[in-house]
Amino acid sequence: MISQTTPSVFKRVLPQLVILAVVLACNLAVFPGFFALSVHDGRVFGNLVDVLNRGAPVALLCIGMTLVIATRGIDLSVGAVMAIAGAVAASVLAGGQGWGTALLGALAAGLLCGLWNGVLVAVLRIQPIVATLVLMVAGRGIAQLITEGTILTFLDPGMIRLGAGTVLGLPTPIWIWIGLGALVITVVRRSALGMLIEAIGINEAASRLAGINSRVLLICVYGVTGFCAALAGVIVAADIKGADANNAGLWLELDAILAVVIGGNSLLGGRFSILASLLGALIIQSVNAFILLSGLPPEFNLIIKAVLILAILVIQSPKVGHALYMLRAGGLPLGGRTKARSPLTSKEEKAQ
Amino acid sequence: MIRATHLPLLVTLLTFVLAYALCAAQYPAMLSSRVIANLLTDNAFLGIVAVGMTFVILSGGIDLSVGSVIAFTGVFLAVVLRDSAMPPLLAFALALLIATAFGAAMGAIIHYLEMPPFIVTLAGMFLARGAAYVLSTESVPIDNALYDTLQALYIRAPGGGRFRLIGGIMLAVFLAGALVLHRTRLGQNVYALGGGVATARLMGVPLARTTIAIYAISGGLAGLAGIVFSLYTSAGYSLATVGVELDAIAAVVIGGTLLSGGYGYVAGTFFGILIMGLIQTYIVFDGTLSSWWTKIVIGALLFAFILLQKGLTWATTSRRKVLSGSAAPS
Repeated sequence: MISQTTPSVFKRVLPQLVILAVVLACNLAVFPGFFALSVHDGRVFGNLVDVLNRGAPVALLCIGMTLVIATRGIDLSVGAVMAIAGAVAASVLAGGQGWGTALLGALAAGLLCGLWNGVLVAVLRIQPIVATLVLMVAGRGIAQLITEGTILTFLDPGMIRLGAGTVLGLPTPIWIWIGLGALVITVVRRSALGMLIEAIGINEAASRLAGINSRVLLICVYGVTGFCAALAGVIVAADIKGADANNAGLWLELDAILAVVIGGNSLLGGRFSILASLLGALIIQSVNAFILLSGLPPEFNLIIKAVLILAILVIQSPKVGHALYMLRAGGLPLGGRTKARSPLTSKEEKAQ
Repeated sequence: MIRATHLPLLVTLLTFVLAYALCAAQYPAMLSSRVIANLLTDNAFLGIVAVGMTFVILSGGIDLSVGSVIAFTGVFLAVVLRDSAMPPLLAFALALLIATAFGAAMGAIIHYLEMPPFIVTLAGMFLARGAAYVLSTESVPIDNALYDTLQALYIRAPGGGRFRLIGGIMLAVFLAGALVLHRTRLGQNVYALGGGVATARLMGVPLARTTIAIYAISGGLAGLAGIVFSLYTSAGYSLATVGVELDAIAAVVIGGTLLSGGYGYVAGTFFGILIMGLIQTYIVFDGTLSSWWTKIVIGALLFAFILLQKGLTWATTSRRKVLSGSAAPS
């Protein structure tokens, strides 16, 4: 089993590894000391560590987002859930409780938000994009309700350690996202769970006929996403030592979806790779670092991101893929071969 | 004759009338023409953008780029009017052209590359916002004679309400949108596309032309909303109107349009906008409620209307199944 999956996993994430290597090489070109690591006071410093550390929220979000997208869904509410989790943690700390209680409270709140989304999608059968839009709109309002409109700050050393502390020389967030990622990948791939999730994404009706309890599984998947979002929210709050209901996790849902797409996962559900999504998150963070280091005005950040998305879309587009396939097969690529579209359209209809 | 498809529209209308009556019962001043005029003026740009969003959602798509396009148009106008001697009307035309072409390009990518609208317009959102940043990261004031004239245009209603030009533009856009949707072939094609791409193709709907036209309309109306927004604020700011796309989507859903496409009316969107404006006005009148209640109430309304639509779809399909005697594949 292992000998069979290891090379295929490598093959699966190869495009992401290549993109990451190219982006890191660009970083090295504009900033020769990019790979330099140094150790001060038992803590490793360096740009690579920064990329891993700053990428933590998006990496955490895209673990859950990959699963949701694999079921043919989407979760727009993760940014708002981050804000709610941060607000809950800060208000529990403000109430005089310890950081453990605050963390548990925040995670429970995130799980609850995820389960709410899951019930809307799985039981009430509302389209995911709409179902999670409700919490995306209302979530920040709820977070502000919890913090009463202020930015709640805290000084609890235990909580701050989650965002800014170090374990074995590396910042805690790195350990958290790598740990959770490894855990979810193991659970999903060492059991049949991942295959069942893919089955739902490919054809939910068929998966139900095959005996999969898709309802419970969907609710669980959204619950996991809420949990990941809450963890990301706690890390962001701990990093700035406060809960900012307006700006915590703002637009991060889009970054998380982007990471999943860069990871080569189809938005139409089906096969997924969490590892590739995590690499996607690192690619996004490396691009951010590149823009900072290259001295380009930060105004260009969004434009470069947009061009990156467009390029990836074109590469992943079924039509372009088909044309490339025809090119490689030695046939006529485009002109005069328009009839070659028919297998594609039937595939598309099957997907619907 | 009232059909099941009219029901969400009627519920929206009823919600608005009921909410307005409740507000008026508590604060009689809510009935004054000033409040009504401000309701139109303050929501003008949102209303215009929501008409475009109605087209997109009716066709089964989504457009996340509109908020960024509004901001880009505003900054573009402000920078052009500051740095060049271009007459404002020409600048307006240029801005509309850019926004329409931008929307059309997104429509073309969605159709020809067969990508989900969600991710294509997400890229468009980044691109437009980034372009606005590149033009200027600071708020650029607009100081122009034409702006002063246009801003001074209003009809004074009895009671002191000022119905301004931009409110009028919004009403005109709603009328035009309703006419296009219900009286032209393009409108019928939009509904057909929302009913199902495969069906529409078999019916002979020109998919490419319709998809591109829909996103061009949405982009163009976002450009118009940008012009209206710059008239409203007299400035262009690249950080303005963040999240307006969500407000527009919320207004469309509260207006009774099915988010999966195919059912809905522009008129419903109009009342969706008014309901959202009413919530904000009520919070201002109350004075003790905080602004975050707006978001929570809008979220709750969204939820209520989605449930209503779900119930209606369920009721109509199960009745149809009984009538036809055979279960349609879901």
